[in-house]
Amino acid sequence: MDWEAIFNNAAVELISPTTAAYALAALGLAVHFGYTGLLNFGQAGFMALGAYGYAISILTFGFPVWGAFLVGVGASVVFALILGIPTLRLRADYLAIVTIAAAEIVRLLFTTNTFASVTGSANGLSGYKNGFAALNPLAEGSYGFGPFENNAYDTWLRIVAWSIVILAALFVWQVMRSPWGRVIKGIREDEDAVRALGKNVYAYKMQSLILGGVFGTIAGMIFALPRAVVPSNYQTTLTFFIYAILLLGGAATVLGPIIGSMIFWVLLSFFSGFVSRAVEAGWLPFMTTIQGGQLRFILVGVAIMLIVIFRPQGVFGNKKELAFVR
Amino acid sequence: MSANAGLDPVAPLEPPVPTQKPIKTTGLHVGDAEPGCRKVDPILVVDKVRRSFGGLTAVDVDHLEVPRGAITALIGPNGAGKTTLFNLLTGFDKPNDGKWMFDGRSLAGMPAYRVARMGQIRTFQLTKALGLLSVMDNMLLGAKGQTGENMFRALLPFLWRTQEEANRAKALDLLTRFKLDTKKDDYAASLSGGQRKLLEMARALMSDPTLVMLDEPMAGVNPALTQSLLDHILNLKSQGMTVLFVEHDMHMVRHIADWVIVMAEGKVVAEGDPHEVMKNPAVIDAYLGQHHDEDIGQDPGAETEHVSAIKELLDDER
Repeated sequence: MDWEAIFNNAAVELISPTTAAYALAALGLAVHFGYTGLLNFGQAGFMALGAYGYAISILTFGFPVWGAFLVGVGASVVFALILGIPTLRLRADYLAIVTIAAAEIVRLLFTTNTFASVTGSANGLSGYKNGFAALNPLAEGSYGFGPFENNAYDTWLRIVAWSIVILAALFVWQVMRSPWGRVIKGIREDEDAVRALGKNVYAYKMQSLILGGVFGTIAGMIFALPRAVVPSNYQTTLTFFIYAILLLGGAATVLGPIIGSMIFWVLLSFFSGFVSRAVEAGWLPFMTTIQGGQLRFILVGVAIMLIVIFRPQGVFGNKKELAFVR
Repeated sequence: MSANAGLDPVAPLEPPVPTQKPIKTTGLHVGDAEPGCRKVDPILVVDKVRRSFGGLTAVDVDHLEVPRGAITALIGPNGAGKTTLFNLLTGFDKPNDGKWMFDGRSLAGMPAYRVARMGQIRTFQLTKALGLLSVMDNMLLGAKGQTGENMFRALLPFLWRTQEEANRAKALDLLTRFKLDTKKDDYAASLSGGQRKLLEMARALMSDPTLVMLDEPMAGVNPALTQSLLDHILNLKSQGMTVLFVEHDMHMVRHIADWVIVMAEGKVVAEGDPHEVMKNPAVIDAYLGQHHDEDIGQDPGAETEHVSAIKELLDDER
């Protein structure tokens, strides 16, 4: 058993761009669910819009990186408005149903053969990374140490991804300790009470939906940069993984989604490495390698269950809040 | 649902009374004190407001004026449409038709938050304290026109810090008056039912309202706190605010209200001075008359509740 390789691979995930993407998407959900109480089950849709908005703008229209970035963000703002205008006046559960359906609609639109020339259908899109790589100020070579050693492009991608995550976290931290954040948290507790105090609850919920959605969209772009854009990556399971990360870290916290994402990916990589090697070594004779690949999700699920049972407020959540859960 | 604190087994036999002797405002109306009568200086004027739920007409008010600078009680048996009328007047519900004016400005079709911004603040029958916010944050939420409530300005604390400090000082002052200052950093969820009522009232005052609408302020409050709540309501009047409240507790109505509006089956059936209005046959009918056609044996509980309420009042009068 090559324990060193298992731990090495797990450590790689600690600062991988995918971890950053999940952290940012979870931070968006923290704004929606943790702070405002909006049940957005369509974060995968926002991420898909970011990834496809970025890739299509570059591949089909030849936009520069910043133009493609703005297209993705614009698409998610429009998406949030379309979702929010009819549902934010209704009770919270309606938004959950509408968002989960809308995210599926987005994914299926990108999958359908009708638009294959633009979206690449089920094969997805690739070859949109040159613009981003050209912005890289780092010279060729290798940076970092140990498991965190990468080539110039991967290092550049990690720097950009984590800078965005840090900026987004600072944004959420500042905005949630301001009077704006107070209104947002008040809406989570009881929107009628906030309405009775003269606040335009509808507009605040819309702002929150757009803000968290834009985070999800940018996360989608970061997610797309180390790989290709494939529609099957944006299924509802993606949203549920992000919810798992959010609950793991603490729903109404800033650091929770980030640390939660790190824990999630390190655990996933660790179990994946462990199970596949255990199957190879014949420790699990009843299991094939393919079955082993699925087992890691079961083990991650068990690990998350344990955390939620023994620390239900999440890693960074406030224990006091649980004393008053209705 | 009886909100009569006098039924509480540990309650003193004497009904709770405010510690200060209320100064009643008189001469509020023009002409006879009849349903829909004109007021000398109305703050709220309601015209032909009707709201039906399917076949049931919950509210059908032809004309109603609420006098300014006085404490007006809205009473009536269960299902009379008091809370529905409250919801309509504050923009939380939309009537089928009708119009109503607050301070000379029409409120018809206006959303609840704009009604509140105009200075007509309400509280709720089931208290809406924002549980997982601190008591202080609850208070600060009540302040009007906050610069930092814009998302982009929220990023620049120097734009709103001064205003925030001023609001904080004002909130602390109000909390001290309502004896909640020691609780200011606790979650509102940790307060008792009565303290939440106090917090909700204090929070409403953060916006310096002109009309305070209280939906059953005494429901579920223990007698000791009832007294302090009564004092606070009287203070609102002495500070120049108008109060309109829904209440079941007749003692309280008699003690602090300057004017009483009686509703039954969605209509205003009587109006007048609290001492006079109780003797009005329409009021006795409203409370006792709902079971006239039924066999008394069918629902003795509901019957005796109203009978005892009226008896209490008539006893008080003697």
